Amino acid sequence: MSLDATYTRELPLVEGKTSFKEIDDVIAKPTETKPNIKWFIAIGISSTALLIGAVCLGLTFWYGVGLWGNNQPVGWAFDIINFVFWIGIGHAGTLISAILFLFRQKWRTGIARFAEGMTIFAVMTAGIFPAIHTGRPWLDGYLFPYPNQHSLWVNFTSPLLWDVFAVSTYFTVSFVFWFIGLIPDFATLRDRTTSGIKKAIYTALSLGWRGSNRHWQHYERVYLILAGLSTPLVLSVHTIVSFDFAVSVIPGWHTTIFPPYFVAGAIFSGFGMVSTVLIIVRKVFDMEHIITVNTLEKMNKILLATGTMVGYAYAMEFFIAWYSGNPIEQFTFINRAFGPYSWAYWIMFSCNVFFPQLFWFKKIRRNIPITFVLVLLVNVGMWFERYVIIVTSLTRDYLPSSWGMYFPTMYDFGILLGSFGMFFTLVLLFAKTMPVVAMSEIKAVTEGAQPTHKHKHE
Amino acid sequence: MIGKILKKFDDRFLKSEPRTGDLFAVAALFDTPDQIIHAAEKVSSSGYKKFDVLTPYPVHGMDDAMALKQSKIGWVALLAGMSGTSLAFLMIWWMVGVNYPNIFGGKPFFNLPASIPIMFELTVLISALTLVGSLIAIFMKLPNNANPIMDTEFVKRVTSDKFGIYIEAADAKFKLEEVRAMFEELGSFSVSNIHEAVYDLGDTKNPLLSNKFVGAIVVTSLVTVGITYFVLNVLLFLPPFDWMHYQPRVDPQTESKFFKDGFGMRRPVEGTVARGFMPYEFKGMPDSMVVATPNPLPVTQKVLDLGKKRFDTYCSPCHGYYGKGDSRLRGQFPVPPSLHSVKVTNWKDANIYHVITNGQNTMPSYASSISRDDRWAIIHYLRVLQRSQNALDSDLVGK
Repeated sequence: MSLDATYTRELPLVEGKTSFKEIDDVIAKPTETKPNIKWFIAIGISSTALLIGAVCLGLTFWYGVGLWGNNQPVGWAFDIINFVFWIGIGHAGTLISAILFLFRQKWRTGIARFAEGMTIFAVMTAGIFPAIHTGRPWLDGYLFPYPNQHSLWVNFTSPLLWDVFAVSTYFTVSFVFWFIGLIPDFATLRDRTTSGIKKAIYTALSLGWRGSNRHWQHYERVYLILAGLSTPLVLSVHTIVSFDFAVSVIPGWHTTIFPPYFVAGAIFSGFGMVSTVLIIVRKVFDMEHIITVNTLEKMNKILLATGTMVGYAYAMEFFIAWYSGNPIEQFTFINRAFGPYSWAYWIMFSCNVFFPQLFWFKKIRRNIPITFVLVLLVNVGMWFERYVIIVTSLTRDYLPSSWGMYFPTMYDFGILLGSFGMFFTLVLLFAKTMPVVAMSEIKAVTEGAQPTHKHKHE
Repeated sequence: MIGKILKKFDDRFLKSEPRTGDLFAVAALFDTPDQIIHAAEKVSSSGYKKFDVLTPYPVHGMDDAMALKQSKIGWVALLAGMSGTSLAFLMIWWMVGVNYPNIFGGKPFFNLPASIPIMFELTVLISALTLVGSLIAIFMKLPNNANPIMDTEFVKRVTSDKFGIYIEAADAKFKLEEVRAMFEELGSFSVSNIHEAVYDLGDTKNPLLSNKFVGAIVVTSLVTVGITYFVLNVLLFLPPFDWMHYQPRVDPQTESKFFKDGFGMRRPVEGTVARGFMPYEFKGMPDSMVVATPNPLPVTQKVLDLGKKRFDTYCSPCHGYYGKGDSRLRGQFPVPPSLHSVKVTNWKDANIYHVITNGQNTMPSYASSISRDDRWAIIHYLRVLQRSQNALDSDLVGK
C-alpha cells in the first residue's frame, strides 16, 4: 500500500508557481494604482461612521459623560465594554505575528502583516475609551506617574494603573514590531515607485535599507527576540484587563478563572475580526492566491479551538458558582442566564459556543460565505460577552435596594459606531498606502526560495 | 499648485544622471539562491573582506557562506530587560514606599505582588525599545542613504527579485579585472561597476544659515510658544476645560429645593459617629478661646521632612511653597495672606492647629484630609519657614 502523497505533504503556502516579481506586483498594486470604486464606497461608509462617532464624542466633551447611559448602579458600561472588545481584537494580530512565528507556523506569513496592522488600529481604538471615560480626557496625563507640583504619585496597587502600563506598552511594542517588519518592504516600494513624492516618503521610511545580509543577520535575531517578548506581553495584557474585574469584589467578577478565560476570548474575537477583514480584503485587492483558503481554514480551526475554550469557561463559571456554595454567586449566574438580561446572555452563548462548532465540518471550514457569516456572529457574540459580564453583574450586586437597570443612550451607540468607523477607516487607509502582505516574508516561503546546498553534498 | 509640488519632488528624487565619481565597487547579480550562496562562499574564501551580499529576503545559510560571526544583539535585549525590571522595582518602591506612603486596603506601603505587573510591562517595554533602537542605529548603522550602492539599478533588483553581491574597491585585494572575471565565472548575468556620485553644490553657502532654514526655525518656535501660552493660560480656563468650575451642584450652607426642609446640607443620623472620629473640643469656636497646648511632636529631621511633604501637598497650592501667599491656583480660589505676618508669627502652635483643623474665613477644615500628627508636623515646618524666610543679616555671622 502506498501512502497518499498529498496527504502527508504540507500544502503550498502560495498557490501556483509565482515569481518574486509577480509577488511584488500583486502586493504593491494597491499602493501604485488609483483605488477602485469598491474602495471608495467602503471608505465612504467607514468615515461616515467615524464622523458620527466624532460628533457624539464632541458633544460628550462639551456636556460631560452625563449624556451616556452610565448611572448608578452601572457606572461602567459601553466605554469599558468597547475597550475590552477592541483590545481583545488586537490580540489576534500579536498571536499570529509572534506566537505562530515562534511555533514556525509558516502559513502565518500571508496574513501576519495585516493582522499586526489590525492590532495597532484596534489598540488605538481601544485606547480612546479609558481616555474618554475619565470625563475630562484633557487631564489624562495624571494617569502616568510623573513628578508633579503636589508631590503625589499614582496608586500602584490599582489594576486600573496596571492597565495604563500594559496597554501603552502593548501599543508601543506592537508598533515597533510592525514597523521593523515593514522596513524591507518599504525599501522594495522605494525602488519600484515612479512618483517622486512616494519615493521621498518610502526613502525616509525604509531608512536606507538595501537588503544587506550583514543587516539581515541582526534583523532576523531581533525579529525572533521581539516575538519572544511579545508572546508573554500579549498574554499579560488581557490578564491585566481581566484584573480590572477580578480584583474587585462584585459577584460574577471576583473569580480566578478570569485571566485565562479573557485571553482565550480575546484570541477568539481577534481571529473573528481578522477573518472578517481578510475575507473582504482578498476579494477587493485580488489576493486570493496569497491569502489562501488553506490559511482561512487554519484560522477557522483556531476559532473552533478558542470558541470551545470560551464555552468551557462559561460552563466552569456555572459549576464553580454551584460548587462554591456561595448563594450570591449562584444567584448571579442564574440571573445571567434567566434574568432580565437573558437575551444578551443567549446571544453571547449561541454566537460564541454553538455556531463555531459548525467548524468541525471540513466543508464549512473551507466555504468562504459561510465562514464570513460565522465570523461576523463571533464578533457580535464577543461584544455581548463583555456586555453580559459588566451589565448583569453591576445591575444585580449584593444589595437588592441598589439594583437597577441599564439603558444606553444614542450617544453610547454613536460612539460605538464611531469606533468601528475609526478602525475600518484606518484599515482601509493602511491597505491603500502600505504593503498589506509582508513581501520579504512571502518570498522566503515560496517554492525554490531557499538554497538546496546541493554542492556541499556532492 | 499640487502638480507643481509633485513635479518638484519628481525632479529631486527621480532624476538619475550618470555618476562621474571614483569607482566604489563591482556588483554582480544572480538568478538563484544556490548561485548566490556559492558566490558568497567563493568571495569570502578568496580573502576579500569588504564585500556584501544583498538579497530580497534572508537566505538560509548565508551567514556561514559569508563567514559572519553570530549576532550579539541578544545581549542587548537581556541587559535592557534586566535594567527595565530593576528600574521599575526601584521606581515603585521609592514612589509608594518612601516618597509617598499611603495605606491601600490595609496592605504594606510597598508590596511586591502588586508591583509585578508593572515590573513585567516595563521590562518588555525597555527591552524592546532598546533592542530596536540599537539594531537600527548601532548594528545596522541606519538610517543611511549615502551608500553609493543606493539608487542604482543593482539595488533595485536586489530589493525585488534577484540576488546581488558586491566587492568594494577599497578592499586590499581588489583588482578590477580579476573581480569582474570571477563574477562572470560564477554565473552572474549582470556585472556592473558602481561609481560614487559627485554632487555639484555650486556656490551654496552653509545651508544652515539660509533664510529658509532660519525662517523655519523662527516660525516654529513662535508657533510653539503661542500654542503653549494659549493652552496653559486661556484654553484651560474656558468651558468645558474649566476645571468643572461651573456646574449644577449644591454648595455647603446654601438652600436647595430638592429637600423638603429647603436646606442644601443634611444632618447626620441621630447618634452616629464616623469611624476614626476624635472630638475636637474647640470646634467652631473663635481663635481666642483656644487653650494653648504645646506641640506634642519633637523637632527632628524626620518630623520636619514629613511636615514639608504635607505642607507641599495640602497647603502650598494656596499658601505657596514658602508660605508667602503666592497661590498656584491662578485666581480659582481666593489668595490667602502671607504666613509671615506678625499675627501668624506670634500665634501659639495651638492657634495654627486650630485653623488647620477648624478652617478660617474661606479656608476649609483640613481635619478629614490631614492626620493629627501630620498637622503638628506641618506647624513645625511652618516655624522653619518663618525663621528661614525672615533671616537677619546677623544670622550670617558665625558664632
